[in-house]
Order: sequence, then structure tokens, then C-alpha cells
Amino acid sequence: MTILPKIALMGLIVITAGCTNPDRFAAGANDAAQAGVNDPTSPLFFNQTIGDRVLFAVDTSTLTDEGKAILDGQVGWLQSNADYLAIIEGHADEQGTREYNISLGFRRSNAVREYLVSKGVPATRLRVTSYGKERPIQVCSQESCYASNRRAVTVISLASLS
Amino acid sequence: MKRFLIALVALMLAGPVVAQSGPLRLTITDGVIEPLPFAVPSFEPENAEAAQVAADITRLVALDLSGTGLFREIPASAFISAHSRFAQTVAYPDWRAINAQAMISGAVTVSGNQLIVKFRLYDVFSGTEMGGGLQFAGTVDGWRRMAHKVADAAYSRITGEGGYFDSRIVFVSESGPKDNRQKRLAIMDFDGANMQFLTDSSALVLAPRFSPTGDRVLYTSFASGSPRINVLDVTSVGTRQLQTADGEMAFSPRFSRDGTQVIYSLANGGNTDIYRGDIVSGASTRLTSAPSIETAPSLSPDGSQIVFESDRSGTQKMYIMSANGGDARRISFGDGRYATPVWSPRGDLIAFTKQNAGRFHIGVMRTDGSEERLLTSSFLDEGPTWSPNGRVIMFMRETQGAGGTSSLYSVDVSGRNLKPVPLPNGASDPSWGPLQP
Repeated sequence: MTILPKIALMGLIVITAGCTNPDRFAAGANDAAQAGVNDPTSPLFFNQTIGDRVLFAVDTSTLTDEGKAILDGQVGWLQSNADYLAIIEGHADEQGTREYNISLGFRRSNAVREYLVSKGVPATRLRVTSYGKERPIQVCSQESCYASNRRAVTVISLASLS
Repeated sequence: MKRFLIALVALMLAGPVVAQSGPLRLTITDGVIEPLPFAVPSFEPENAEAAQVAADITRLVALDLSGTGLFREIPASAFISAHSRFAQTVAYPDWRAINAQAMISGAVTVSGNQLIVKFRLYDVFSGTEMGGGLQFAGTVDGWRRMAHKVADAAYSRITGEGGYFDSRIVFVSESGPKDNRQKRLAIMDFDGANMQFLTDSSALVLAPRFSPTGDRVLYTSFASGSPRINVLDVTSVGTRQLQTADGEMAFSPRFSRDGTQVIYSLANGGNTDIYRGDIVSGASTRLTSAPSIETAPSLSPDGSQIVFESDRSGTQKMYIMSANGGDARRISFGDGRYATPVWSPRGDLIAFTKQNAGRFHIGVMRTDGSEERLLTSSFLDEGPTWSPNGRVIMFMRETQGAGGTSSLYSVDVSGRNLKPVPLPNGASDPSWGPLQP
């Protein structure tokens, strides 16, 4: 029976989706969900073990080999857990203007989407968005922080994508 | 939102009015100028109830003018004549003796919440009045607007250009740490006074843009998890999502000059292009179709052309195309990135954000790309907006590091008079509205 933990997680997703920071995974693991870490069908397993994000070089949307390896893992997980959908969020660091960084974030989220689709994930299960430079997870003004902020995060969802 | 009814009645003051303009004239140029000395004797309270507000209005008129950097107030302690009565004869020799080139006289009447302000402007060295007397009627609550109107009239008569003090700015008010920043739309007077929130912080909001008449605001909201364009009615503070045909993933909006259309960016997959949409019908037209990023469109004052940024050459540069799309010509050729172009209301200049060698600048250039001048420099300066008369630029400045915060600054188009706008919270993305009626 795998349906019970999923129902529990659905409740978690609904609660966290209601908070004001839409980058729901920026704050790290939620203690209440630790039970899900060891369940390979859980979104928490996806986030922490498969890897929910890929990083980019400055002003690029080209996937790195390391990024592709993470996305290959995401493909496997999404194919094994066909009742989940994903929203891919593109992000930029603070070195750039607001509008351009939104567009750059779309390039990044779209690069991930195209890779996942090319490996067999149905496009109908994926949606892209971009937060530009609005949702940094590291706050210093140095490359060490910028590198973490230039990311595309695959956010797993049970909810309708409409 | 409370709005004040302002009646402007020119030339209705009793007594003879000298219609001719004196030779006093301050020409605003890019050259270094000596601020023009002026005197503002305390406006005469015409009844006891008017005493406090007359004093307040006098101070704000002086502050508006001296705050431009173009004028210098002569302190009352230097006055030889008091000019305590609005109707009295001007003792020109006494004002010449302290080198006041302009003298502003006023009177204030309060009746309940009704406020009447009269003023006259004198050219001291010609010994004549400049223009006729003016009278403004409004409310006691709205006394700041009365002062701004007096200062606008004085500024306008002395410089020959439109004023900008009686105008408002819509912007994003920011609070909270960098990794959990709360953003709300807010509105304020040009000097930071009378700030009010227009939205709550439940959704990320960005880049509000005033309509040409100041009645509505376009902005980008992430309430749905994706950028979408909303339109807000300033009076009712009601908002609705803009019904463009491709309303999803839409951002960077601006009104057309007649307020009926919106030019904006739309992301389709990884590509961003510029569109024009009808605000009422929602019908939209695609104006660019390159695989590169095209965003931040801004219309020329006559509505015939659009300046925008694109990375079609490999990095962000500025281009101008017809308002109907088609071929674009590049106007920026310097080093670095050029972004967020905004056409000046006078039509002569483009203000922009430049990013080069790790610094951000606000700059201006002519519409053919010539005469580029950088006005500011900091870790992050971004998003210029023009004063209604095209003489001042407001923008956001963000400080560096984990504790970095944003605030609004203004600077003359000459590069002089850089100063912060005093606000209680962080602030970004200013959009300067029109002079109020």
C-alpha cells in the first residue's frame, strides 16, 4: 500500500503551497516529512536523493553534464511515479536587471523541460515558470551564493497543473 | 483612495496685474549653474485657523524649490522687509539688497476643511510681478498638494518648463530579508509623503507602471505562480487580470499613450518576445519574433516607436522599432549591457540601466544612441523613470551583501542633485505619474 503516505504528503503540499514564499523548497527539509525521505516514491526522496535542481553558469541556460545526470534521475523518478506532475521554476542571480532575469529564468526552466521531454517524460506533466532574481536561496553578493541561485528547480506536485 | 478636488483659478485676484514677464529666467542646461536665490516670506494667514497650515505650506514651497538644486532659499533671518501682508506693495530695494532674485508671496484661508491658497511671484531685479496671481482651492488634509502647486507654478514661470512637484509615484514597497522578501504595491507623493499601500504582500508583485493619466496601474503579479499582468484602478484599488489572449507568462507591461493598449513581454517556452494588446478586448499582436530575449518595451511620446532591450547580438543592447513591429535598429554600442530603456516625456532622450565591469549605472542617451552619459554608479542601480517634465529621473538602488536593501533615489538628467527619497521601508521599481490636474 503506497497510497497512504501519498495522501499524507498531499496534505503537506497543500499546506506549504499556501505560504507566501512560492519557492517552497528553499527553506530545506520539513521535519514533519522526514518519514518520506526513505520512501523512494515520495517527493521528499525526489528532492533530497534524486536532486530537484540543476545549476547554470552566468547568463547561460545550457545544461551541464552534472545537471544532465541529475535530470536523468528525475526522468526515472517521474516515469516510476506517473501520478505526479512537475512545475519547473527558473531562477537567476542578482547580477542583472529584473525583466531580463525573468526571461533568463524561462530559458533555464525551458531547457530542463525540453531535456525531460526528450527523455520520455510527457510534456503534459510539466509546466515551466520563472521567478527571475526574486527568490534567491543564498543571500551574499558573491559567486559562492550566485552559483546556488542560478538554478532550475523541479517542484513535484499532485495538484492539477491548470 | 481619497482624491482631492482642486480648482485652479488664474488671474482672479483683485487689483492690477502686471501681465508682462520680467527678464528673470533660469535656463536649465547641462552646464554647471549657480542656484538662483529666492525668498519666501511666511504666507499670510487670512484667518486664525490658517496660521499653522500657512506656515507649513510656506516651508514646503521653499523645500520643493531648493530641493531641485536649481534654487537656493535666503533665510528669513536675512530679510529686511517682512512682507507680512499679501496685498502690500513690494519693497523691491529691500529684496535686492539681500540678493533675492525671486520673491514668492502667499496668503492662506481656512474655512472648515476648505483651504484657499493665493500666491504671487516677483522678479526682484526687474521690479515686476512674474505672471499673474494664482489661487488654488483644496482641502486642509491636502495642504501638501497646495504647496506643490504653488512651487510648480513658481518653478514653471522661472524656468519656462513644466513642474513636477504635484505628482505621484507608484512603486514596490519591500520588507523582510533578502531570501524572504515581501513586496507590495504602494503609492506616494513625489517627495515620499502620503505613502499608502495598494496591495497586500500575499503575492509577489513587480514593476508597476502608471497610465498616462494616472488613473490606473499595470503591474506583474505572481499570484498564480507565474508572471501575469494585472491592472489596478488607483481610486477604487480594485485589480483584475489583464485579458490578453496569451495572458500567461506575461510581464514588463506599459500603457500606450492613449491608455487603451498595453505593450508587454510574453515568454513562450524559453523565448521572450514583445506584444501589444488591447486592454478592453484582449486582442493581441506579436511585435517581435526573434529567438532571443526581447523585453522592457517603452513607447515614444508620439506613440509611433518602441525602444526595447534584446540580447539578439549576444548580450543586452537597446533597439528602436516601429510601434507596429518590424525591423529594429540598434542604438547602444558601448561596452556592457544596456537594459530597461525608457523614452523621456520630452522625446529627446532614452534613460536606461547599464551594467558594466561589475557596476550598475543609470544613464541617458539621445534616441540615435549619441551623447551617452552615465548619471550614477553603484553596486546595483536599476529601473529609471522620468519626472513629468523630463528633467529628473527616479530609480532604485540596492545595496550589496546579505543585508542588502533597496531604496529609491532621484537624480537630475544633468547628473546633479542625487538624493534618496525618504521612505519608511525598502522600495524598488518606481513609476512616476503625470502632473495632477
